[in-house]
Amino acid sequence: MSMLEVRNLGISFGGLRAVDNFNIKIEKGQLYGLIGPNGAGKTTLFNLLTGVYKPDKGVILLDGEDITGKKTTDINKAGIARTFQNIRLFKDLSVLDNVKVGLHNSFRYSVLTGILRLPKFRKVEKEMNQKAMELLKVFGLENEAHFVASNLPYGKQRKLEIARALATNPKLLLLDEPAAGMNPNETKELMDTIRFVQKEFDMTILLIEHDMKLVSGICEELTVLNFGQVLTQGETSKVLNDPQVITAYLGE
Amino acid sequence: MKDKFNFLKNSSVKSMFVTYAIVIVAYLVMEALMFTGSVNYLLMDLLVPLCVYSIVAIGLCLCVGYLGELSLGHAGFMCIGAFTSATFSSLTKEFISNEIVAFLLAFVIGTIFAGLFGFLIGIPVLRLRGDYLAIVTLAFGEIIKNIINVLFIGKDSKGIHVAIVDPDALKMEADGKYIINGAKGISGTPHLSNFTIGVILILISLFIVYNLVHSRSGRAVMAIRDNRIAAESVGLNVTGYKLMAFSISAAIAGAGGVLYAHNLSTLTATPANFGYNMSIMILVFVVLGGMRSFRGSIIAAVLLTMLPEMLRGLSDYRMLIYSVVLIAMMLFNWSPKFKELRSKYAGVFKRNKKSKEAV
Ligand SMILES: Nc1ncnc2c1ncn2[C@@H]1O[C@H](COP(=O)(O)OP(=O)(O)O)[C@@H](O)[C@H]1O
Ligand SMILES: [Mg+2]
Repeated sequence: MSMLEVRNLGISFGGLRAVDNFNIKIEKGQLYGLIGPNGAGKTTLFNLLTGVYKPDKGVILLDGEDITGKKTTDINKAGIARTFQNIRLFKDLSVLDNVKVGLHNSFRYSVLTGILRLPKFRKVEKEMNQKAMELLKVFGLENEAHFVASNLPYGKQRKLEIARALATNPKLLLLDEPAAGMNPNETKELMDTIRFVQKEFDMTILLIEHDMKLVSGICEELTVLNFGQVLTQGETSKVLNDPQVITAYLGE
Repeated sequence: MKDKFNFLKNSSVKSMFVTYAIVIVAYLVMEALMFTGSVNYLLMDLLVPLCVYSIVAIGLCLCVGYLGELSLGHAGFMCIGAFTSATFSSLTKEFISNEIVAFLLAFVIGTIFAGLFGFLIGIPVLRLRGDYLAIVTLAFGEIIKNIINVLFIGKDSKGIHVAIVDPDALKMEADGKYIINGAKGISGTPHLSNFTIGVILILISLFIVYNLVHSRSGRAVMAIRDNRIAAESVGLNVTGYKLMAFSISAAIAGAGGVLYAHNLSTLTATPANFGYNMSIMILVFVVLGGMRSFRGSIIAAVLLTMLPEMLRGLSDYRMLIYSVVLIAMMLFNWSPKFKELRSKYAGVFKRNKKSKEAV
C-alpha cells in the first residue's frame, strides 16, 4: 500500500481548472518532488491534500485511509503535516512555543489541570519542552528557542515551520518551497536536514521546489505539473531530461 | 534546591508575580490609609467599582488580547452575572445567614450564567471568520439590558412567577413580592461586596487567566489568534479553543457583575452601567493597558476611573486633563518610539540575566 495515493483529483476556481485529473503514488519513506512553473497549481494541490480546499473530483488515500473532503484539523490528525509557501508561523509566540503547539495533540492535559497547575501540568510541560528542544536541535534552532518567532531571520523561519510540522508526528510531510529565499549555503544545509529527517524519522516527504540543485540532489522521483495537469512523472534524472519538461519549465 | 526556583527565571512567570504583588501592595496601602482615616468618602465609594472594572477588564483582555476577538458586549455578560446572582441572593437571603457562603453561591451562579451565555453566543459566531463577534456582542449587550428592563419576577406563597412587559400578568397573591421589578430592577440585594472581596476576586481572575495563557490550552488559543490556517494544519480544534477562551472571558465579566450587584441595594440595568458605553469604556482600559497585558488593563482601569473623581475640584479643566492623560497613556503603550525604548530596557534586563546564568 502506498503512503499517499491520489486519483483523478481536481478543483476549479471560477473558470480556471487549477488542478485537473491529478494522480500520484508515493511510497513510504520516499522523498518525492513536485515541480512546475509559477501558477501551475502546486500550492493548490497541497491545499487540496490538507483540506484547505475541497476537491470537486477525485480521491485522496493516506496510508489506505480515505481522507477526501475531511477538515484540515482531522487531516493533520490522520497524518499529514505541511509548511507554507508564504510562511505562517505563530508569529508572537516563542520559537519553542511554536513547536510545542505542534506537539499539542501528542502531549495532553486538561484546561483545568493547566489553570490549577496540578502535578500533571509540570510533568507534561517538562516532557514537551524536552521533545521540542530535541526537534529544534535537528534544525539548529536550539539557541533561538526563546526568541519571538517573527524575530528569526527568514531562513530559520522556514526551518521552524518544518520543525513545527514534524512535531505533529505525521506520516507524510509536505514542504512548499522550503528553500525559497535561502542563500546557496543555507540551501545546502537544508538539503542535508531534509535527508536527515527522511532517514531519522523514517519520513515520507513530498516537496515543491524551484531550486533545481535541491530537486536533483535529494528527490528520488518527480512529478511535473503544468497548467494544473501532470506533464510527466517518474525517476528524477529521467524527468529532468525529458524534452517536454525542458521546454515547459526549465527552458523558460 | 536551586532547581526549585528555576521557574522564576522565566520572564513571563516573573511578570505574573509582579502583578500579584502590585495588587496586594495596593490593597494593603489602601487598607492602611483607611485605617488611619486619611481616605475621603468619595474614594471609599469608588473602591468596589474599581475592582469591578478591573475584573471585567481582565476578562476582556483575555478575549481581545489573547483570543484576538473583539467583543463590544462585555457589559452584557457583566449584566447577566449581576442579575442572575442578585436574583439568587434575593430569593435565598432568608435561608443563608453566613455572608461568605451567600456570596460564594451568588458568585458561582453569576459566573456560570455569564459563561453559559458566552458559550451560547460563541457557538454560532466563533466558527465564522471575520469580525462578526463585535457586531453580535454589541447587539447582545443592548438586548440583554432591554429585556431586563421589561422583566418581572415575583415570589409569593405559591412559588415564583415570571412575566414580560406586564407586571399584572404575574398574578401574585396578596403576600407576593417583586424580585425583579422591570425597569425598577432588583432592590434589597444583600450588601455582600466589599473591597477585600473585590481584591480577592481580582487575584482569582488573574490566577485563572495567567495560568490559562501559560498552559497548553492557552498556547493553542494564542496560536489560533496568530494564524488560524497554520493552527488547523497542526491539528488544533479551532472552534473549541475559541469557545473555551470566550466563555471564560464572559464568566470573568460575570464575576465583575456579581461584585457590582452586591455592592448596591438597588440594581437596575441602565445605559450607564450595562450599556455599550460601559463595554467601550472597558475596551478602552484594555487597549490603553497594552492590549495583551492583564496588569496594564488593571492599571488603566484604576487610573482612568479615579482620575475624573480626583479632578473634581478642578471642575472646568477636568475633562481636559483626563484627555491629556488618555493621550499620554496611548503614546506610552503604543507609539513605536516608546515601544522601542521599553524593549531596550527589557533587553538590558535580559542581558544582565544571561550573564548571571552563565556564571
Ligand atoms: N483561492 C483561490 N481562488 C482563485 N484562484 C486561485 C486560488 N488559489 C489559487 N488560485 C489560482 O490557481 C492557480 C494555481 O495557483 P498555485 O497553486 O498557487 O500555483 P503554484 O504552482 O505557483 O503554487 C493560479 O492561477 C492561482 O491564481
Ligand atoms: Mg506555490
